[in-house]
Amino acid sequence: MSTVAAAHDDHDHHHAPTGLKRWLFSTNHKDIGTLYLWFSFAMFLAGGFMAMIIRAELIEPGMQFVDPEFFNQMTTVHGLTMVFGAVMPGFVGLANWMIPLMIGAPDMALPRMNNWSFWILPFAFAILLSSVLLSAFGHGNPSAPNFGWTFYAPLSTKYGPASTDLFILSVHMMGISSIMGAINVIVTVFNLRAPGMTLMKMPLFVWTWLITAFLLIAVMPVLAGAVTMMLTDRHFGTSFFDAAGGGDPVLFQHVFWFFGHPEVYIMILPAFGIVSAIIPTFARKQLFGYASMVYATASIALLSFVVWAHHMFTVGMPLAGTLFFMYMTMLISVPTGVKVFNWVATMWRGSMTFELPMKWAITFVILFTCGGLSGLMLAITPVDFQYHDTYFVVAHFHYVLVSGAVFTMFAAAYYWLPKWSGVMPSKLLGELHFWNSLISVNLLFFPMHFVGLAGMPRRYADYALQFADYNFWISIGGFWFGLSQLFFLAVCLQCALKKGEKAEAKPWDGAEGLEWEVPSPAPFHTFDTPPVVK
Amino acid sequence: MATDKYYVPESSPWPLVASVGLFMTAFGGAHFIQQATDPDTFSGSWGRPLFFFGLAWLWLTIALWWRDTIKESRGGLHSHQLGISYRQGMLWFIFSEVMFFGAFFGALFYTRWLIVPWLGGAGSNAMTHELLWPDFQAMWPLVKTPGGTTTQAMGAWGLPAINTAILLTSSITLTIAHHALLAGKRGKLIGFQAITVLLGAIFLGLQVEEYIHAYTEMGLTLDAGIYGSLFFLLTGFHGAHVTIGTIFLAVTLIRVIKGHFDAENNFAWEAGAWYWHFVDVVWLFLFVVVYWL
Repeated sequence: MSTVAAAHDDHDHHHAPTGLKRWLFSTNHKDIGTLYLWFSFAMFLAGGFMAMIIRAELIEPGMQFVDPEFFNQMTTVHGLTMVFGAVMPGFVGLANWMIPLMIGAPDMALPRMNNWSFWILPFAFAILLSSVLLSAFGHGNPSAPNFGWTFYAPLSTKYGPASTDLFILSVHMMGISSIMGAINVIVTVFNLRAPGMTLMKMPLFVWTWLITAFLLIAVMPVLAGAVTMMLTDRHFGTSFFDAAGGGDPVLFQHVFWFFGHPEVYIMILPAFGIVSAIIPTFARKQLFGYASMVYATASIALLSFVVWAHHMFTVGMPLAGTLFFMYMTMLISVPTGVKVFNWVATMWRGSMTFELPMKWAITFVILFTCGGLSGLMLAITPVDFQYHDTYFVVAHFHYVLVSGAVFTMFAAAYYWLPKWSGVMPSKLLGELHFWNSLISVNLLFFPMHFVGLAGMPRRYADYALQFADYNFWISIGGFWFGLSQLFFLAVCLQCALKKGEKAEAKPWDGAEGLEWEVPSPAPFHTFDTPPVVK
Repeated sequence: MATDKYYVPESSPWPLVASVGLFMTAFGGAHFIQQATDPDTFSGSWGRPLFFFGLAWLWLTIALWWRDTIKESRGGLHSHQLGISYRQGMLWFIFSEVMFFGAFFGALFYTRWLIVPWLGGAGSNAMTHELLWPDFQAMWPLVKTPGGTTTQAMGAWGLPAINTAILLTSSITLTIAHHALLAGKRGKLIGFQAITVLLGAIFLGLQVEEYIHAYTEMGLTLDAGIYGSLFFLLTGFHGAHVTIGTIFLAVTLIRVIKGHFDAENNFAWEAGAWYWHFVDVVWLFLFVVVYWL
C-alpha cells in the first residue's frame, strides 16, 4: 500500500508544500482547518480575556477597575468576538477537517475559495479589535463599539461611536467569509461524496453541517442588509430606524433577529453532530434513531426562521404576533427533545467507557438540556416580561453556548486530535482541563439564574448590594474557568509538537466511519481516488 | 466513475492577496465614508485613496485569480466533477443574493404595512400618534414624513416601465444566445449576447437619468424619509447588480469571441446568464412593489 502511494507521488504534481507558503497559500482542507481552529482558539482566549475584565469589575458592587464606558465596550466586543471569532470559525475548522474525511472526498469542493474564506477572518478581526486596542490605551477618546453585541438602533446608529463604521465593515467581511465557507460545505456534501455514500448514510456531523451551511447562506446576507441600513442611516441620511422619517428602531430588531435566531442554531447544530458521533463510539452502539436525528435537525432549522421575535417580547408587538412567536418557539423543544432522547437512548444498555471525549459529550447533553429548559421558560411571553434583559438570559445563553457549543468543540478536539496530530492528547492535562472546566463553568453560570430571577439587569457595570455575594462567586468561577483553558492550550501545543503517545489509525475501539480508515495523522492528501462505501 | 481521480487545484497566493485588498477596501472605506460625510468631525484624507487603492487591488487580484483558473480550465485540468461544483456554488451564491434583497424587501413590507399605519395611529397606537406627531397622515408612498420632510413619489409608467421592457427583452436575447451556444452557432451567439450587453448598458443609463430627475426635480433623495431610503437602496443595489451582470456578460462575450466555450464546457457563460436572469427577476419584484403598487 505504501509503495503504491510512493510510486504514485512521483507522478503527482501536488508536492506537499512546506514553510510559510504551505499555510498562506493553502488549498488543503486539513491545513485550512487547522488554521481555522487555531484562529478560533486565539479569539476564544481574546474574548475570554474581555470576559475576565467584565468579571473583575463585577466582583463587588461599585466601580473598581474600568469606567462604565469601557465596561460597555467589553460586553459588546466579548460577545462579537465569541460569536463570530470563536464559535463560528471553530465549527468551520472542524467542518474543513472532518467533512472531506467523513464522506471520502479529496478536499473541499472549492479549495481556493476555502482559503479565501479563512484569510478574510484575521483581517476582519484586525479591523474590529483595532478599535478596542485604541480605546484601551486611551488614544484621544475613541470608543470601541459599545452598544451590546446585538447593536440595536439607535444605540448603534444615532448614538454609535465612530468605530461603529469599522465594526460595520468588519461584519461585512465576516459575512463574506461565512457565506463562501457555507457554499463550500454544501457543494462538498452534495457533489463530492464517495460512491455509495448516500445522503442517509452520512455521519450526522455532515448532516448537521449541511443544514447549518444552508442557514448561513440564508441569514448572513440579511445581517449584511441590517448593517448596510445602519451605515446609510449613520452617514447618508436614510431613515430606516428613525421614526421621524417614517422608519422604526424596532425594524432593526426584526431584521437583526431574523438573522440572529437562525444564527443561534448555526452555533449549535454542528455541536449536535459532534455529540452524535462521540456517544455511539463510547457506548459501543449504533446511534439511536439516526433518521429521526436528521429530520429533527431539519425541523429545528426550518422553525428557526419563524421564532425570531421571541427576542423582542417586550418591545410592544401586537398580541397575535407575540402569541405566534411564543408557540413557534415552544414547538422547537419537540425536535430538540427528540435529540436528547436519542442520545440518552444510545447510551441505554451500552458498554460505556468514559474517555475524555465522552466526558465532554455527556456533560454537553446534561448542561445543554439545562440551557434548553431555561430557554423554554424564556419562551413564555408573560414570564419573559420578568426575565427580559436580566442575568437569567445571560445564564441561559451561556449554558447553551459555553457548556453547549464550546464544550462540544473540546469534545471534538479530544476525539479527533489523534487523527489530526498523530499523537494522543495528554490524559492528565485533559482530565485537569475537564474537571476544572466542569466545576467552574457551573459556579460561573448557575448563580446567574438566581440573580437574574431576582432582577439583576445585564450589561451594567454596577449592581445593587443584595447581588454582591452571588456576583463574587460568579467572578471566582469566571477566573477559574478562564485559567482552566490554559490546560487545553497545553494539550493542543503538545499535540502540535507531536509530544505524546503515538495514535493508531483508530484509537477508539467503538468508532466507526471513513475518517478512522486513514492513518493517524491523516496524510496530507487523502482519497486521491474515491473510496467505495458499502 | 470509481477510478476517476479527483482534481484538487494547486496552492495559490490569490486568496491571501485578495484578503489584503478586501482589508484595505473595508478599512479605507469606513474612513472614507466618515471623512466624506462628516468632514468636521473626521479629519484626514487618507480614507479615500486607501479605499480606491484597495478596490483596485481587489479587482486586479480577482482578475489574476480567474486568469489562472481559466488557464487551468483551458489546459484541460478541470474535471467534470469540478464543473458541477462550480455550478452548484453559483446557484447557492445567487440564493444568498436573493436573501440579501429579501432583507430590503422585508423592510419595505414592514414599513408599508405596519410602521406607517402605526405612526398614523392604527392598531393600539392612537396615543403614539397623538403624542408624537398628531398631524401625521399615514399614506404610501410616504411623501410627507412624520418629521415633515416632503417629496414626490416615483411613478411606474414612465422610465421604469421602459426599463422593465428593456430588461425583459434582454433576458429573451440572452436566452436566444444560450440556445445558439448549445447549438454551436457562434455568429448568432455573439450577436445576441452583444445586444444583451447593450441593453444592460441602456438600462443603467436610464436608471442614472431617473436618479438625476429624482434628485433635481422631485425632491426624492436618500434623506427624504423612509420612502426615499427604500427606493434608493432597493433600486441602487439592483443597479449595482445589473452593473456587475453587464460586466460579467461582457467578459464572457470576449471569451466567446476567443472561442473558450462550447456546448459542454461553458460554466462561466451559464453562470453569467443565471446571474442576469436573477437580476431580471429582482427587477420585476421591484417594479411591482416599489414603483407600481
